[in-house]
Amino acid sequence: MEIIMIVLAGILFGFAVYNILQKQLLRIIIGTALLSHAAHLFILTMGKLKRGAAPILTEGTENYTDPLPQALILTSIVISFGVTSLLLVLAYRAVKTNGTDNMEELRGNEHD
Amino acid sequence: MIVAILMPFLIAMCIPFISKFKHRIHTGYAVLATSLSIFLYFLVLLISGETDILYRYSWIPSLGLDLTFYTDGLALFFALLISGIGALVAFYSIFYLSREERLGSFYVYLLLFMGAMLGIVTSDNIYALYTFWELTSVSSFLLISFWFTRKASTDGALKSMLITFLGGFSLLGGLVLLHLVTGSTSIREIVTQGDLILANDWFPLIVVLLLLAACTKSAQFPFHIWLPDAMEAPTPVSAYLHSATMVKAGLFLLLRFTPVFRESEAFFIAVSIIGLVTLFWGSYMAVKQTDLKGILAYSTISQLGMIMAMIGYGTEAAIFAAIFHILNHATFKGSLFMAVGIIDHETGTRNIQKLGGLWKLMPVTGIISILASFSMAGVPLPILNGFYSKEEFFTSSWNLSGDRAFGSDFAALLANIVPYAAVAGSIFTFVYSMYFYFRTFTGKAEKTTAEKAHDPKLGMLAAPVLLVSGVLLISIFPNWFSRHLLQPAANAVYGEAMKEHTIHFWHGFVPALIMSLIVVVLGILFYSTRKYWMGLYNILPGKLSGNIVYTSLLSASENQTKKLNDRIVSGSIRQYNAIIISVISIVTLLVLFGTNSFDLSNIDTSPVSLPQSLPELAVALIMIAAAFGSTVSQKKLTAVIILGVVGYGLSILFVLFRAPDLALTQLSIETITVVLFLLCFRHLPEMKQERKEKTSKKITNIIIASLCGLMMMLVGLAAYSQRLFPAISDYFVKYSYKLGGGDNIVNVILVDFRGLDTLFEITVLAIAALGIYSLIKLRQKGGDR
Repeated sequence: MEIIMIVLAGILFGFAVYNILQKQLLRIIIGTALLSHAAHLFILTMGKLKRGAAPILTEGTENYTDPLPQALILTSIVISFGVTSLLLVLAYRAVKTNGTDNMEELRGNEHD
Repeated sequence: MIVAILMPFLIAMCIPFISKFKHRIHTGYAVLATSLSIFLYFLVLLISGETDILYRYSWIPSLGLDLTFYTDGLALFFALLISGIGALVAFYSIFYLSREERLGSFYVYLLLFMGAMLGIVTSDNIYALYTFWELTSVSSFLLISFWFTRKASTDGALKSMLITFLGGFSLLGGLVLLHLVTGSTSIREIVTQGDLILANDWFPLIVVLLLLAACTKSAQFPFHIWLPDAMEAPTPVSAYLHSATMVKAGLFLLLRFTPVFRESEAFFIAVSIIGLVTLFWGSYMAVKQTDLKGILAYSTISQLGMIMAMIGYGTEAAIFAAIFHILNHATFKGSLFMAVGIIDHETGTRNIQKLGGLWKLMPVTGIISILASFSMAGVPLPILNGFYSKEEFFTSSWNLSGDRAFGSDFAALLANIVPYAAVAGSIFTFVYSMYFYFRTFTGKAEKTTAEKAHDPKLGMLAAPVLLVSGVLLISIFPNWFSRHLLQPAANAVYGEAMKEHTIHFWHGFVPALIMSLIVVVLGILFYSTRKYWMGLYNILPGKLSGNIVYTSLLSASENQTKKLNDRIVSGSIRQYNAIIISVISIVTLLVLFGTNSFDLSNIDTSPVSLPQSLPELAVALIMIAAAFGSTVSQKKLTAVIILGVVGYGLSILFVLFRAPDLALTQLSIETITVVLFLLCFRHLPEMKQERKEKTSKKITNIIIASLCGLMMMLVGLAAYSQRLFPAISDYFVKYSYKLGGGDNIVNVILVDFRGLDTLFEITVLAIAALGIYSLIKLRQKGGDR
């Protein structure tokens, strides 16, 4: 199961990178969102999957799944939300100011 | 000790404040006082006979870098030269530079240089030596470009910097090798291990690197080209750096390591040939120059070549003569430079073709020049120290094949040729000395110069007069200097005590005298027939010049750099991303495969059985399909909604993999994100550009993306299959209740064990919120763009 998940994460990484390499700002934002999904899955997989109960202490249960990756991912989910929303608004501002969301047109000139 | 060496740096820090009052008192006096007191300090050391004073301070012990200073005869000799000439130059510059110049900067650079130079000659640690070495290059660069509004100044400064830094770099390489071979960073320890170094396989490389350093610094052929251009510096600087001291740093380096190198035949061959070629070429080129400082620059090159050759000989007599000549050269060349500065100052030109007949107008300058230039020429008179050391040079050249045993035929042959080469090289020395003096001071005076030229104020004359009296003093009491100054230095170079040298004017009709006479006779002949053979310069060097190589290399490297820069720094962030991602992916893949990091044999996975695992597999497939869909979708709405599918799929996976908190968070965040996307939509254009993308570009992107995906898969596999350390999660499971007081381990980790992380997470969100707020609300204030 871990191998499958690693492969899945890898595929998601691939799509994410492809999107990031596009011209359009919205594409890039979609790419970063995909990238964070892939990373989360990746981290979760590193902590071994499906070994024991959910990490909530209950009487009589000895084995729990690894809680540490979960804690890390929880932090990361929230932060990636922050990043995505900031990027979205940035894109919105960029389009408002420059009239384009094409990365190739958004490059600075020689003296910037 | 340490105070004396670091004093220039300390005073340099105060100079900017002192120079505020430059209109009341010339800043140069501070420098004069500094160098004079350093000179006196070293003089006291010399007289008291207290050498080998050590000062040790551990600077960076982990790198073996400490500041250790010691003064043996050689260091003392150079330190006296540096501080003595430094004092005279400072005194001279007080009258040379007007108070309107940027005196503050000038004297800061000068002191910086003086301190660095003292550091070179007294350092025991090789890396400290290197540091000071580079510092002299930097201060030399700053001083040459002192009049930075002139293009010639900045070009000359750049040239000298590039060439000397090349040498500095190879010096570093050579020193590192020496460190590796001997395991020591102390020069005194290194020179005792001569046999070890000579036997080492790296020895040839060490010699080449150190020679490169010495030759670039001391302007040896073919690296001499920077010195004439460095003459754009103010004349006191030329007198100080580019004749008396800095250019001798290269010689000093070789002298320092002579105990190691003098046994080596390859060293003898290389250094002697370089030295003799430089001696000849420098003096030959000097006759061609029309700028007075140009003549002096080439003559300096040629004299340095002569000293270099003597270092190459490596015999007792030669090393003694080399040190003797370093002293003499500093006196006569320093005073010549100062005389040129005076001429320039008074007549407004340094062009030798416009000068003439100055003898009547400037008799004192004339006396200085005649003594100094005749000394330089080696005219056999008992009051000219140049003759004494030239005589020593001839003697050591003549006796070379007898004083040293040679292993190879080539070296023995070379030793037999050396005397003839020495004479040949010295003829032009005589010619340019005469050329310098007679063209400037005799003949007809130009009308324009005749009116205003006269000897300058006493203060300006004082320094060259003192230096020239040094010429006389050395000639009259050569043995006093020899016993107290030269002999200890020569002993330090040689590594063991030499037999005592006495210097006489008259040896009888020995070969050296005959050689001197040949030089004088042929020199007079060449000088008087000068106009008949001047055409030779059209053939040699003609268009052959090291400068052409330098210029073409420089412009080629500039062009190539610009091309490369234009190609890489295109301003397209996409391209940067593509390059960064592909480099990371490829390098990681190479490393993974190169180190064979996969060991899937004992991989510990949870089993996949069809009926039970169906949900996971289905969700995985859906996610892949959704990711694909959102990537190819042409409508932004579709793309975002399908992106939502990936997120929800992930939260289902979280449920299946028993991470309920994650699932909850992911669900809510995903919903908000999609809503946010939709909110922004009204303002973002449709995804039309997708179609405009070129197919080749698309394919490249696909390749990069797949590489990156593959890389992540393999990293995951490699990391998962090899657990080098036990997981730390057990700790959290064990103490969650005991220490954190909560059953939900993830929550306890977040708010208790790693509470600070969460705090910062909230901070990040707050910053993002502030950013968003300002991006939306504050648009009017930033102008209406």
